[in-house]
Amino acid sequence: MNTELFGVISIFIISIVLAIPIGKYIAKVYLGDKTLFDPIFNPIEKFIFKISGINSTEEMNWKQHLKALLSVNMAWFFLCFFVLLFQGSLFLNPDNNPNMTPDLAFNTAISFVVNCNLQHFSGETGLSYLSQMVLMFLQFVSAAVGMAAAAIVFNAMKERTTDKLGNFYNYFIKSCTRILLPLSAIVAVALLFSGTPMTFEEKDTITTLQGDSVQVSRGPAAVFIAIKHIGTNGGGFFGANSAHPLENPTYFTNAVELWAQLIIPFAMIFALGFYLKKRKLSYIIFGVMTIGFLLLVIPTVITELNGNPAIEKMGIAQTTGAMEGKEVRFGPAISGFWSIATTVISTGSVNSMHDSSMPMSGAMQLLAMMVNAFYGGCGVGWLNFYIFIILAVFISGLMVGRTPEFVGKKIEAREVKIAAFIAILHPLLILSGTALASYFAANDTAMGYWFNGNATDWLNNPGNHGFSEMLYEFTSSAANNGSGFEGLGDNNPFWNITTGIVLLLGRFLPIIGPLAIAGLLANKKYIPESAGTLKTDTPIFGVMVFAVIAIIAALSFFPALALGPLAEYFTLK
Amino acid sequence: MKNIFSIIKFTLLTVILFAVIYPLAIYAIAQFAPNQGKGETISVNGKVVGYQKIGQKFDKSNYFWGRPSAVDYNASGSAGSNKGPSNADYLALVQKRIDTFLIVHPYLEKSEIPSDMVMASGSGLDPNISPEGALIQVKRVAKERKLSEDKVKTLVESKINTPTIMGTSTVNVLELNIALDELK
Repeated sequence: MNTELFGVISIFIISIVLAIPIGKYIAKVYLGDKTLFDPIFNPIEKFIFKISGINSTEEMNWKQHLKALLSVNMAWFFLCFFVLLFQGSLFLNPDNNPNMTPDLAFNTAISFVVNCNLQHFSGETGLSYLSQMVLMFLQFVSAAVGMAAAAIVFNAMKERTTDKLGNFYNYFIKSCTRILLPLSAIVAVALLFSGTPMTFEEKDTITTLQGDSVQVSRGPAAVFIAIKHIGTNGGGFFGANSAHPLENPTYFTNAVELWAQLIIPFAMIFALGFYLKKRKLSYIIFGVMTIGFLLLVIPTVITELNGNPAIEKMGIAQTTGAMEGKEVRFGPAISGFWSIATTVISTGSVNSMHDSSMPMSGAMQLLAMMVNAFYGGCGVGWLNFYIFIILAVFISGLMVGRTPEFVGKKIEAREVKIAAFIAILHPLLILSGTALASYFAANDTAMGYWFNGNATDWLNNPGNHGFSEMLYEFTSSAANNGSGFEGLGDNNPFWNITTGIVLLLGRFLPIIGPLAIAGLLANKKYIPESAGTLKTDTPIFGVMVFAVIAIIAALSFFPALALGPLAEYFTLK
Repeated sequence: MKNIFSIIKFTLLTVILFAVIYPLAIYAIAQFAPNQGKGETISVNGKVVGYQKIGQKFDKSNYFWGRPSAVDYNASGSAGSNKGPSNADYLALVQKRIDTFLIVHPYLEKSEIPSDMVMASGSGLDPNISPEGALIQVKRVAKERKLSEDKVKTLVESKINTPTIMGTSTVNVLELNIALDELK
């Protein structure tokens, strides 16, 4: 048990320490300074831009940025949708897996375009190798879109008045080639030499030691799994995601995959400090996020180590903790830690089955996605936190009677309205979706086209836990997380289409909102700091932001949590 | 219109970079990885009997058993049970597994059974069990194979992987059973 806890703590600390130099590097990339990879990628990028006729040096205002961002996303959606729809008859399909149904292809294409990777299928039987490679492409570019959006907000926070905020394509391609690609290549090679396959051969058929015949799925997994974590995507190559012994073969690969998903969200916060030369601000933000993270992760690890009280009563030894849905090579401590890392960050890859987690851990996983701003996904984590900062500046400005200002710009009605709308959107999407699904489940409605059978049949567990399954699915969609209480029967038109819509709204509005605020603020007159300015890089302001987050998350989600995991917790006691 | 073509061309070129050139580069490196990146296999007398990382089903009484699997060790359809911790059917299933385990190992006390032996793994393909899970099976396996208990116990102990600084203690069931077959 001590070696387990030591593993958790050291992986966390190593990730933070490495995030500082990588953050410095990311700041250099977005500032346009020279980097190590320029000689390799500069000519390639020039070539790509020349052939496509895109000017990557023209400065854009925030509206032009949004236009470019949304149009590339549209192109990717259609590309992916059609490949999935016809994968059965296209090339690179050695296992002869079938075409996707239109509703599943719709959900999957959206889900990978928006960096969520909610998977209503199993990789072994649901995808061809071609589809896996197309989805991997989306894992790169969707992460880069989030990072480009964060870079635009960084740019807008500079101390000047302008509407020119850099070039979207430039930020986008640099995120891909200078940050995501090199890090992914390192992770892919580490996985490869630890036993993760990278082959285009079909399933293998073997006879086991005791004489059974078994088929073993393989595939080009190492590249996919690397970017799935570096880009905080989370979609598994195999059905069991990172619990699968080929996807995550050893304790070492588990540490590498954990590091890989933590590193960019950590580093982005430090990058902000280096980029704006406001390191203190980035330390305060990182501190608030870390406190939030620890408050979620500590109870989870303890709960999982203690095991299931209902099984305790049966009289067996639970020295190894709650092992349902967990792998022996990881154990409950790191599995619990992972389950919170993957939910605060919008990765959504799992190394244990969250549906079988203890109720208190389930509550923490849900809360992590409901807040969705402690570290958060590649780029978008910072955007979500930015909204909370704007709200905190406004509220504390009102409290002390000073004009609300953030980094030298006045926050006025328009910005606050946008921020409030984005903050309310998240609970609105989650709770209305869950209410709709629960209404059908409570009445056991016959669902017709939408679901083959009655609504309660999509639940894998009865009672409060069943409610948690539906709540989790919508929370995961709205937070663009992608993990699930996977017992839920979600591959049907009802879940594919409703969560597909939630995914779209939960991705693009929280990008548009912060970009609009940042663009509007950048255009305002810069006011140098004076004695009357409310300082935002102080611990007191950090406490204020934390309070705003806690109030918004706690007030809007407490009733739902009480009906699901908290009620289950008290029945298990 | 010009814009749309630009974006289509841009998309296709980036597809070539990230979904063709990059995977092929890693594929080239894979040729130097264990078993050329096709997954490490274990052979006995020149015949492949399994993948080192993937658990397989053992239910014969002369072998050590692995963990319960929600997919019956189907290595082309991995999944966990996804049963919630308070689900009555699930708890009844665990109780049944405990009872069965005690019938097959009548010499055991209930409190000696570690939880991993009666709870299903996350992937359904867990290749490992805890050292306790292996040690409690020694008596049965030794009796079935007409070997001395001490000999089998020494074998199990030699197959325990203890972490040096971080991680969990594990026993790879397939490797243990192969070594068991070789034991005279």
